[in-house]
Amino acid sequence: MKVLVPVKRVIDYNVKIRVKADNTGVETANVKMSMNPFDEISVEEAIRMKEAGTVEEIIVVSMGVQQCQETIRTALAMGADRGIHVKSDEDLEPLAVAKLLKAIVDKESPELVILGKQAIDDDSNQTGQMLAALLGWSQGTFVSKIELGDGSAKVTREVDSGLETIEVDLPTIVTVDLRLNEPRYASLPNIMKAKKKPIDEVAPADLGIDTAPRLQTLKVEEPPVRQAGVMVDSVAALVDKLKNEARVI
Amino acid sequence: MALDQDTLDLLLTTVHRFVRERLVPNEAEVSENDAVPPEIVAEMRELGLFGLSIPTEFGGLGLSMVEEVRVVQELGWTSPAFRSVFGTNVGIGSQGIVIDGTDAQKAYYLPKLASGELIASFALTEPEAGSDAGSLRTSARLDGDHYVLNGTKRFITNAPHAGIFTLMARTNADEPGARGISAFIVERDAAGLSVGKWDKKMGQQGAHTADVVLENCRVPAAAIIGGVPDMGFKTAMKVLDRGRLHLSAVAVGMAERLIDECVRYASERRQFGKAIGEFQLVQAMLADSRTEAYAGRTMVMDAATRFDAGEAIATEAACCKLYCSEMVGRVADRAVQIFGGAGYMAEYPIERFYRDVRLLRIYEGTSQIQQLVIARNMLRDAQSKN
Repeated sequence: MKVLVPVKRVIDYNVKIRVKADNTGVETANVKMSMNPFDEISVEEAIRMKEAGTVEEIIVVSMGVQQCQETIRTALAMGADRGIHVKSDEDLEPLAVAKLLKAIVDKESPELVILGKQAIDDDSNQTGQMLAALLGWSQGTFVSKIELGDGSAKVTREVDSGLETIEVDLPTIVTVDLRLNEPRYASLPNIMKAKKKPIDEVAPADLGIDTAPRLQTLKVEEPPVRQAGVMVDSVAALVDKLKNEARVI
Repeated sequence: MALDQDTLDLLLTTVHRFVRERLVPNEAEVSENDAVPPEIVAEMRELGLFGLSIPTEFGGLGLSMVEEVRVVQELGWTSPAFRSVFGTNVGIGSQGIVIDGTDAQKAYYLPKLASGELIASFALTEPEAGSDAGSLRTSARLDGDHYVLNGTKRFITNAPHAGIFTLMARTNADEPGARGISAFIVERDAAGLSVGKWDKKMGQQGAHTADVVLENCRVPAAAIIGGVPDMGFKTAMKVLDRGRLHLSAVAVGMAERLIDECVRYASERRQFGKAIGEFQLVQAMLADSRTEAYAGRTMVMDAATRFDAGEAIATEAACCKLYCSEMVGRVADRAVQIFGGAGYMAEYPIERFYRDVRLLRIYEGTSQIQQLVIARNMLRDAQSKN
């Protein structure tokens, strides 16, 4: 089986995000970037499937600026087989990404696409679902367990009310949640070998996709600064404030 | 083979992350239990840390000196006990074989050392031969096609875990100094070799040292590194040059960690109504530490670059070891001062680091030996110019 794993280059999860002075977006200049943590989980899952013998080839795809190749390289170092870089200097919205992914799926014919449930930068949580709709495939979202069967897969979804287990027909789209696995560190020898694995570069136009944005960002602002707390001198005063000021009891 | 920038960046990023996510959170436990948990050792093996300096044809990473010091600076960010687990495989334990070993010795041992399947220790120091390594007494007497070894090796890092020892013994009793010494590869299970109980140390809990005792220990003559007797001291000195840069990089990494702790504490700890970092006397300590750590980082990079270019760097390596180990001592001392009472308490990492860094001024050549090496080389060079 062939598996496609899309990976997004995002601001590293350890970085404190700063809004640009002109409120058009967030600072990305000289900011450490890395693979979206949910996508790392996707890559890890695909590698485990390969190690278990159910998957033959793992293709990773990333979209965006030249440096996305570093993100692809990280996935290759973890154990993916080859990469596709859809190069674009424009902002790519989830719908454009889903359309580009559909074009790649049409070309590569994987039986499974594993995506992170969302990216930690815009938290859209749309690409996987849109891709399933565009392809007309089944989908299992927010997944914390995947069991591949013959022509189908059993997936456990983390939903508000608990865990839901469903069976989906292959080919399918899976979007992964945090508890699916703990991604490995790429070993240093594999990092050195990853340079030899191929990365194909394509442009959105080569895939016949119009990536023009449908949305316009009006303004990006920092969340309001939290007000300082007050110390009260007695339990009675606290109860009074909770009752009459905060009105929570 | 030098790595391209992307690969080196990814390698450093991976180590950087591994150190912060897997090692730093376990520091206190390692110190408390005087042991690195086996699952962490397995992860370090998996990551490839044991093979940093071993050539790629033997399964290692074959890093250049510049690449090695950059990786080691990252590792310096955490307790040196972690680095110690694979440190002797990267440095003094393996390099004798890498530099001077026969093809057969390399082919047999290096892949096992690179994977971490086998731990190598370096056994030079003796009860009465430390800085004066040339005076070592462990004897190796030729008996047929074997040597019979007798003597005691002291404070041998990783001895309790080692599968092999790069061990210095006197093969030529007529040569009292450095010239009659050979470097042997001695297997742990050689009859007549025993390892003493673990030493109790001031710091670096989790890293283990012990005596290695040789009583009529028979090793094949073919176990001499390079196959030629009486060349051991030269091998040892070559190994130590590289090791000195490695340890200097450890010192720089540790200094940077201490400075990071200091800056955070100075920004948060409030006295007299403001953060202590706003007081100029505290700022002076921060600035001195930063400046000295930067000087250390820069000199290590310079010496490593020269080493990779093939220059003889015995003097520069000694300068780096002298400066960086003393520097991190000063940085750790200032860190205790900035933390005040909290710096003296074992609850904060500062107290542990303060004890840990003390060793850097002692092992693989004390500061005083480095001074002698530097000055002697200066005078020798001056004389050769006349």
